Amino acid sequence: MSGAPLSRAEMAQRVAADIPVGAFVNLGIGIPTSVSNYLTAEQEVTLHTENGMLGMGPEAHGDEVDPDLINAGKIAVTELPGCSYFHHADSFAMMRGGHLDIAVLGAFQVSAAGDLANWHTGAPDAIPAVGGAMDLAVGAKQVFVMMELTTKSGAAKIVEQLTYPATGLACVSRIYTEQAIFDITPAGVVVTDVFGEATVDSLRELTGLPLLDQTA
Amino acid sequence: MPSKISDSVLSAVSVIPDRATVMIGGFGLAGQPQALIDGLIEHGATDLTIVNNNAGNGDVGLALLIKLGRVKKIICSFPRQVDSHHFDEAYRAGKIELEVVPQGNLAERIRAAGAGIGGFFSPTGYGTLLAEGKETRTIEGKNYVLESPIHADFALIKAHKADPLGNLIYRKTARNFGPVMATAATQTIVQVSEIVEVGDLDPEHIITPGIFVNKIVQVTA
Repeated sequence: MSGAPLSRAEMAQRVAADIPVGAFVNLGIGIPTSVSNYLTAEQEVTLHTENGMLGMGPEAHGDEVDPDLINAGKIAVTELPGCSYFHHADSFAMMRGGHLDIAVLGAFQVSAAGDLANWHTGAPDAIPAVGGAMDLAVGAKQVFVMMELTTKSGAAKIVEQLTYPATGLACVSRIYTEQAIFDITPAGVVVTDVFGEATVDSLRELTGLPLLDQTA
Repeated sequence: MPSKISDSVLSAVSVIPDRATVMIGGFGLAGQPQALIDGLIEHGATDLTIVNNNAGNGDVGLALLIKLGRVKKIICSFPRQVDSHHFDEAYRAGKIELEVVPQGNLAERIRAAGAGIGGFFSPTGYGTLLAEGKETRTIEGKNYVLESPIHADFALIKAHKADPLGNLIYRKTARNFGPVMATAATQTIVQVSEIVEVGDLDPEHIITPGIFVNKIVQVTA
């Protein structure tokens, strides 16, 4: 593979392109929210927001802003035709009951077994706050993670065992990073795409994991 | 049937004693019953246990209640936000007890209380810090954690319209925790934008039937 590592926008484009037609999707707060910029009308994707709405539209601007209509990040959003509202217990029943096809989440770390850490650094002075992360992690049929592959100090964020407190166990199915895309499978962690200078060997060295090569 | 309409916020909330457990609706500011919280602050009840998704935003409502030291414990899913400085300060000073609950478990524990369920097995949080010390069970190959109901003495919620019987409709994502909290409290007090006549709400559209509601106060924006 040639070219540069993926930008955040390109990562969001890749995730959007992998969402099947007609899927019900929850986009986590932060980088995952940008996936909505690249979903096409032809995909007919329905966005779920945990605070009680299906059929969420784009961010609201100007006169569209309504304090009673916000997303999980507490940003004002809009309605799409066919949208619906429901209370919190129904919203999480949708999630926990396996009715959402895909959740896209950010992460601090993902383990080779698909364990996810994204809610708590475990630092002694940190104030823990979980929101809907644990429910999404175990509830959606598939969990896609979007993250930088390494920390600021260069350590891999795909690891043998989590060192951060877990959000959910064996829940991640695919990881999108700027250097590569990984599938978590029963056989192990599979590299499906590499970008920029990355090779499967360089990724093996970085992560210390026996990555399987399924790059085309 | 006697009307459930209260003529003032203060008279509606002045029944709340010290040490009460109070559910407060809202997700951030959407659906937060601002006027009822202001009334609770004026009334002066203290040593409260509060159940809310968050731990206050900015300097008003729940954030002010916390700043004034009236909250002994908060049960919530997401206390830490960019504008939760009053909670952060109280928490770091050891002045407030925090129980963090995953948001779906929070909603379902409230729903369970209102529905007379003694507990339920949830997959959420299994294998995490938030399930430590809780009973677990493997059911059909999947791991679950036993979660208990959360009851309250009072629920303070916001709805869009009510009739004098307490039937409620909500508005957009401001519905959030209101309908489940209304079921889980001994007394539910509702702030609404408009009170309409009995029969004006389409029965097919009523979200919270009046059986779950004790008092209604109209608060015009």
